[in-house]
Amino acid sequence: MLRLAVLALLAFMTLPTVVVVAVSFNPTAILSFPPTGLSLRWYVNVVTYPQFQRAAWNSLLVTAGAVALAMPIGTAAALGLARGRPRAASLWATVLLSPLVVPGVAAGLGFLIVGAALGLLRSRSVLIAAHVALVLPFVVRSAWVSVRNLDPTLERAAASLGATPWRAFRRVTLPLLRPGLLAALLFAVIVSLNEFVVSLFISTRLTEILPVAMFTYVVNYTDPTIAALSTLFIVGTFLIVWLADRFLDLGGVFLHHR
Amino acid sequence: MRLLLTPALLVVAVFAAALSALLRYSVLEFVPGSLQTGGLTVANFTGIMSRQYLGAVWDTVLLSLATTALTLVASYPVAYALARTPSARVRSALLVLTLAPFFTGAIVRTYAWMLVLGNTVVTWPVPMLFTPRGVLVGLVHFSMPTMILLLAAAISHIDPAYERAAASLGASPARVFRRVTLPLSMPGIVSGSVIVFAWTLSAFATPELLGGGRVKMIANVVRDLALDSFNWPGGAAFAVVALAVTMALLAGVGRLTAPADRSP
Repeated sequence: MLRLAVLALLAFMTLPTVVVVAVSFNPTAILSFPPTGLSLRWYVNVVTYPQFQRAAWNSLLVTAGAVALAMPIGTAAALGLARGRPRAASLWATVLLSPLVVPGVAAGLGFLIVGAALGLLRSRSVLIAAHVALVLPFVVRSAWVSVRNLDPTLERAAASLGATPWRAFRRVTLPLLRPGLLAALLFAVIVSLNEFVVSLFISTRLTEILPVAMFTYVVNYTDPTIAALSTLFIVGTFLIVWLADRFLDLGGVFLHHR
Repeated sequence: MRLLLTPALLVVAVFAAALSALLRYSVLEFVPGSLQTGGLTVANFTGIMSRQYLGAVWDTVLLSLATTALTLVASYPVAYALARTPSARVRSALLVLTLAPFFTGAIVRTYAWMLVLGNTVVTWPVPMLFTPRGVLVGLVHFSMPTMILLLAAAISHIDPAYERAAASLGASPARVFRRVTLPLSMPGIVSGSVIVFAWTLSAFATPELLGGGRVKMIANVVRDLALDSFNWPGGAAFAVVALAVTMALLAGVGRLTAPADRSP
């Protein structure tokens, strides 16, 4: 009974994904399921559509820029939180995680107003700044989990053996933090690549990232091109999550074990 | 500690600057046909009370309540299985299936529902796409991963010995669930429901695409005002209301669940 309900609910959760993948191989522009044949023409369309090429390039630049900034900033913050007194740390953590609870349209319109006032909307700088702010909470949270599990005596041992603080950090702390930082990187990349609402407000046709370009396409056209692009996104994400679960113990991040 | 936190706090300061610009615009007068603003006014907030916008507020609250209730019912069995399965393989599979849509962005998920609801797979007896019903389905699907994770975390806190004890004393499985498991998982139920409700209040992509302009929630009105009418003050007022309600709800749930988080 429970098993049946769980299977039905999992089917509900995965049904849209299955349909998207199936439709992406549809040979005609009229959507049909199951597909009447197999064709890769929509994948060709994805790769050759100039606006998607531009948006993919923008996505790459914005995500790379945002992650490159957020990773060291977030890691430093997690180390800082661990060194502070618990009460102060939990207060600062609340401040650092607060962007998570802000509705996307509020942040988006806010960044639009500021970006327009500074005359920066034609560059990608506002997009990158917004993405840094949006992925930082994920980086801090993942990094903090590993920082808290760190044994401080190891760093002290390195120091007592003559290592400089920087050397102790590089040779002892950083390697121990690696699983947590990999999880942080994974979150940051996925959140940034998929960010949509805030980016919609602060993008122009020239700076828009892939989700925004996909949105515009869906509103204007009905052919399965977006199904093909979505399939590429889904396959990429699934691979990342599967690898992460194999190597990083996602359950340890999300669930409590006794 | 200070030095290590400074860069992160600068980032938060940039974010706060954007929100304070939003707050400032929400009390500035809108000059039609211009991005310039006039003097101080409360007209943007009183404008929300007008007939056309109040409908969107009402629809948003109703859809959010329905989404929360349906998401809770649909997520509980999956969360229970996830927290209680003895098999590591099943747990891993459930976790990946739960998390995968969590990581598939809003556009991909919503587009997928456009295909399903738009008579591509089956022909629906009643119209689904571009109706509140269709939006509801999309919103429930969108909220399930979050709810499942929060519920599973709460259920995994419950010692299975309590359930075994109740069963050995003669309680039927239904009674064990109703009298032991359900009450003990209440922290997860409350926090999950409030979080899903708060997030649905400011949902954007799902109603925008599955509503097709016919179903408007608060965030869609903000977009229309800001990006179509260039009425940034009007959009800002709506966004400020959404922000205030969301923050209040989530701050409330933070206080409710804080003690539970500290227990081992």
